[in-house]
Amino acid sequence: MSAQELAIAGDADVVRVRQAVRAAAVSAKLSLVDQTKLVTAASELARNTLTYGGGGGAVVEEVFNGLRKGVKAIFHDKGPGIADLQLALTDGYTSGSGMGLGLGGARRLVDEFTIDTAPGDGTTVTVVKWAR
Amino acid sequence: MERLPILKIGSMLLVSIQVDLRDDMVIALQEDLADRIVETGARGVVIDITALDIVDSFTGRMLATVAALSRILDAETVVVGMRPAVAITLVELGLSLDGIKTALNVERGMRLLSLGGAAT
Ligand SMILES: Nc1ncnc2c1ncn2[C@@H]1O[C@H](COP(=O)(O)OP(=O)(O)OP(=O)(O)O)[C@@H](O)[C@H]1O
Ligand SMILES: [Mg+2]
Repeated sequence: MSAQELAIAGDADVVRVRQAVRAAAVSAKLSLVDQTKLVTAASELARNTLTYGGGGGAVVEEVFNGLRKGVKAIFHDKGPGIADLQLALTDGYTSGSGMGLGLGGARRLVDEFTIDTAPGDGTTVTVVKWAR
Repeated sequence: MERLPILKIGSMLLVSIQVDLRDDMVIALQEDLADRIVETGARGVVIDITALDIVDSFTGRMLATVAALSRILDAETVVVGMRPAVAITLVELGLSLDGIKTALNVERGMRLLSLGGAAT
């Protein structure tokens, strides 16, 4: 599977991102629990892109490490960025009306998690989940 | 916008979620359920999530809100049919569905409510 680029501009796009990530996870032969974890993390991150990033996009692709397969998903926006990343990752912290579980929860649900963000410079979150 | 159908069965309301949930549908469901509880005087609400392949923080918050608001409106909510993989993921996400009654399937959920679950 080649990389798939999806726009995130509305609620329906969050659903489409979830479906694309699910398809990639099935193709990479992730277990059902791992598929569910990755799709849930993707749902959180896509919603953050929409709600806080003011929209953006996602790139979903299959990745390989030797014989091991996995799925990488990148969520990017050109929004306000995150000034205090430590705080944003803290469970229960929200600047909106959420529960503050999305970022911290997504990090727990995947194998690799990186955030590239700066105030005024947008946010890019990259996650990877490997088949066992 | 597509709205989820709410069925009235005796003194209970049943919502069976069969589609990929968009956030706007989740918010509409929450409002529709509150209206229908008042309108029908229902004592119980069964939310069937058998078909849901994920529950994220947004949907989880809706379930908790519906449970809380139904209690205020003198009804009880039971969430039924949560898949094992979804339950495992919810715990790791950090969402505790404390205060939400759950049952294995619709039949058991209905029985739980009619056995006085609605009164306690
Ligand atoms: N893409 C982003 N751009 C700017 N700020 C963000 C972005 N993603 C997250 N944040 C900030 O990090 C905070 C925490 O995010 P997190 O997803 O953990 O919680 P939430 O979205 O507020 O609530 P929940 O996800 O539980 O519904 C947000 O409230 C927001 O301030
Ligand atoms: Mg969030």
